Amino acid sequence: MSTGLPKEYYRLLEELQTVDFVLLELSLYLDTHPDDPQAIAQVQQFYLRRQGLVQQFETQFGPLQEYAHSPTVMGWPWAEMPWPWQV
Amino acid sequence: MKVSKCDPRLAKYLIEQYGGADGELAAALRYLNQRYTIPDKVIGLLTDIGTEEFAHLEMIATMVYKLTKDATVEQMEAAGLGGHLVDHGFDLYYHNAAGNPFTVACLTAKGDPIANLYEDIAAEEKARATYQWLIDITDDADIQDGLRFLREREVIHALRFREAVEMLKGYQEEKKVF
Amino acid sequence: MDPQWHAYTPYSSALDPCPPRPKAYIVPPNQYVIFQPHGLRQFAPREALKRGTLWPELYSPYEHGDRGGGRR
Repeated sequence: MSTGLPKEYYRLLEELQTVDFVLLELSLYLDTHPDDPQAIAQVQQFYLRRQGLVQQFETQFGPLQEYAHSPTVMGWPWAEMPWPWQV
Repeated sequence: MKVSKCDPRLAKYLIEQYGGADGELAAALRYLNQRYTIPDKVIGLLTDIGTEEFAHLEMIATMVYKLTKDATVEQMEAAGLGGHLVDHGFDLYYHNAAGNPFTVACLTAKGDPIANLYEDIAAEEKARATYQWLIDITDDADIQDGLRFLREREVIHALRFREAVEMLKGYQEEKKVF
Repeated sequence: MDPQWHAYTPYSSALDPCPPRPKAYIVPPNQYVIFQPHGLRQFAPREALKRGTLWPELYSPYEHGDRGGGRR
């Protein structure tokens, strides 16, 4: 796999990373603060943002998740995409 | 994960957090193993932090991979990675910065939730200390960014584990009286 | 030096082989929190990712060369 991924690939991935990090941080917080309604509302808000981003990324660049948990439209691109440690 | 300089010397140090006693692999295995017998209200936290540690393991692996993948045999040798090269080539391997292979002897399971959580807190503080030394010894700005991020995660994890101790002590129930 | 750093000076002997260097350790802010209160102010998402936490009050800065006020 050679270099030269479009800027959009990195932009979307970084956006996704940002949203995922907020969700991760809130998850750990809720593990010890399950009674904080404000944090739960924030999780729901970021969950929806994440869904939109995942759909956008997967439509353009292929699956993010293994075991066919991501939609497979054409062929089997899983082994053809660059891996996170390669980009 | 960005790495700006081709410097296999850093890989030799970073591998400490891959296969070292206070590294990410040790952390993930420690927490995920403790999950089965910890009181139910703490299982979620151990699962989430344990899984996050595997993500951190991938971050460290990415740094090591990028720093070494295009190094020459001479560069590997100059970086002190000659021994690694002879045994593993350019493969990664679970060993610490001194080359000792990973062993689960570095983690315990005591069958006591308070004892286990204090081990977890200590593990986070030790990993934080390791990241500090790594930041001190690293002059690659991008690697420093990654290490600072990972160090701050240890700070948050340590707090969450201390909160878990408070939960087991009954702190929250007391607080609700107010 | 960031206030999270604590300096200390060990006894130094006239017979020590190396000149004394400043010593310090860092105490991150989580050490002063028993249980995180609800509703702490947050970093913006991108800033949170950069810093490694969502909450400024739990952020501990650590820079290359910080140790002992520039000791390396």
